[in-house]
Amino acid sequence: MSLSITQLAQALRERKTSATELTRQALAAAKNRADLNALITLDETGALAAAERADTALKKSPASALAGIPFAHKDIFCTNGLRTTCASRMLDNFVPPYDATVVDKLAAAQAVAIGKANMDEFAMGSSNENSFYGPVKNPWDTARVPGGSSGGSAALVAAGIVPFATGTDTGGSIRQPAAFCGITGLKPTYGRVSRFGMIAFASSLDTASVLARSAEDCAQVLAAMAGHDGRDATSADRAVDDYLAALAKPLQGLRIGVAREYFGAGIDAGVGAAVQAALKQYEKLGATLVDVSLPNAALAIPAYYVIAPAEASSNLARYDGVRYGYAAKEPKSLEDLYTRTRAEGFGAEVKRRILVGTYALSAGYYDAYYLRAQRVRRLIANDFAEAFKTVDLIAGPTTPTVAFKLGEKNSDPLAMYAEDVNTVAVNLAGLPAISLPAGFSEKLPVGLQLIAPAFEEARLLNAAHQFQLASDWHAHKPEGVA
Amino acid sequence: MSIDAATVRHIARLARLAVGENELAPIAGELSRVLDLADQLGAAQIDGVAPLAHPHEQTLAWRPDAVTEPDLADAFLALAPDARGGLYLVPKVLE
Repeated sequence: MSLSITQLAQALRERKTSATELTRQALAAAKNRADLNALITLDETGALAAAERADTALKKSPASALAGIPFAHKDIFCTNGLRTTCASRMLDNFVPPYDATVVDKLAAAQAVAIGKANMDEFAMGSSNENSFYGPVKNPWDTARVPGGSSGGSAALVAAGIVPFATGTDTGGSIRQPAAFCGITGLKPTYGRVSRFGMIAFASSLDTASVLARSAEDCAQVLAAMAGHDGRDATSADRAVDDYLAALAKPLQGLRIGVAREYFGAGIDAGVGAAVQAALKQYEKLGATLVDVSLPNAALAIPAYYVIAPAEASSNLARYDGVRYGYAAKEPKSLEDLYTRTRAEGFGAEVKRRILVGTYALSAGYYDAYYLRAQRVRRLIANDFAEAFKTVDLIAGPTTPTVAFKLGEKNSDPLAMYAEDVNTVAVNLAGLPAISLPAGFSEKLPVGLQLIAPAFEEARLLNAAHQFQLASDWHAHKPEGVA
Repeated sequence: MSIDAATVRHIARLARLAVGENELAPIAGELSRVLDLADQLGAAQIDGVAPLAHPHEQTLAWRPDAVTEPDLADAFLALAPDARGGLYLVPKVLE
């Protein structure tokens, strides 16, 4: 399915195809690429029923722009009556009795969910190798990782199975897989999209959004997902901008800050070169490049890997074997039920983060770790605020390298954490950012990250769209993908 | 920060995670490396900097004290390994 959402919507309106036909194609394509392991649950019955409803809606105009478009949900969003695992043994048997707001909203827009995408367990990981259901393969090279944690979502879009997929981004989990799979991924401002029904990892960092093949498609989907939600106390109560209307604006006069720290040691030369070439393209489009500095950038990884585990240790305390999910067999006591349920239900990386977070919050260490990390978090947010006094956007490579090989980094947690060097600061500051295809290195896609001030998603999508009108990096597909 | 097996046992107890005796040393080694990373925060100039707990420093919104959610109690109880008479059942705590 190589058409854009806009083109598919047009074809649906002109009766050149139907939601049922598109859905059958997506289901067949998903089965055909079972080797990618990109889906945990394929929901054929639900998808075909939703497609039929969309076809009915499409007969009456005006239907929503997403009506009849097949897509996949990251398996972190609760779906009423459909298993939601978060890629954990802990939730292998969990069938939620309610829908996440994101699920509700896309269903109301008559988009057709074909199933639940694979991911790193509880969204903790940067390679999708931490899934209870096995790793996802990168469609560009199946010996390589698709990135994580929204690796299944990214692989499904890159392989042309669906035109978009939902994802979540706590430290880079939308942008990094988008970069590794050669697609466009938007992380919205914290609070722009409801977190209700999205399984919590780190509540002050978690955001939900979309991975698609272009900024225009991201704009279509974000428009349907964003907005205030009374069921999420941290949801922003402010109007949603018209993302589609903003796309056409010329970039004349746009000031792009080139953050020198984002091109530091550890950034692969090929990645840096592709990103620099993309920035040259922005100059041709009328933008001005400005050298900026984010002096505390090097502290983002240590701050993140204290704050995120601390919040995770608290959020994941709910998995106790009593109310839902996995429960250890024949517990000898309540304590035994808790401790064995958690030891048997969680994977290695999740346990590691729970232990780190518990330590950082424990008596005697709270000030030295958690509180200190929160103070550094303010320094990092202040760096962005200072830079945005002189520029409209900040640019750099999304990731230090292109997609790495399966097994290359998963035995070393610190090597894996280092993958997030250019993405986590954005979450600490709660800002929106986008990763868009900017070229290739070693025949693998490179992502350009653009960061904007809070609630300036329209500016990001505009800048990405104008680049995509003037380049075709986003149109490249892995070999064999139609 | 280097931590030992006894510390791992203590944290695991706080986190309600069963950890076997033979796992303590390798976990201590891994956690020590992660804490070494966290110790880089020591280099930050944070005097007089207030902690930032939440990106937009939101204050919680008020809403009317009214029931807005449907009653899904039975649906939630049905997910439990053991529930009877509207209650979650757990192993006996008092003898």
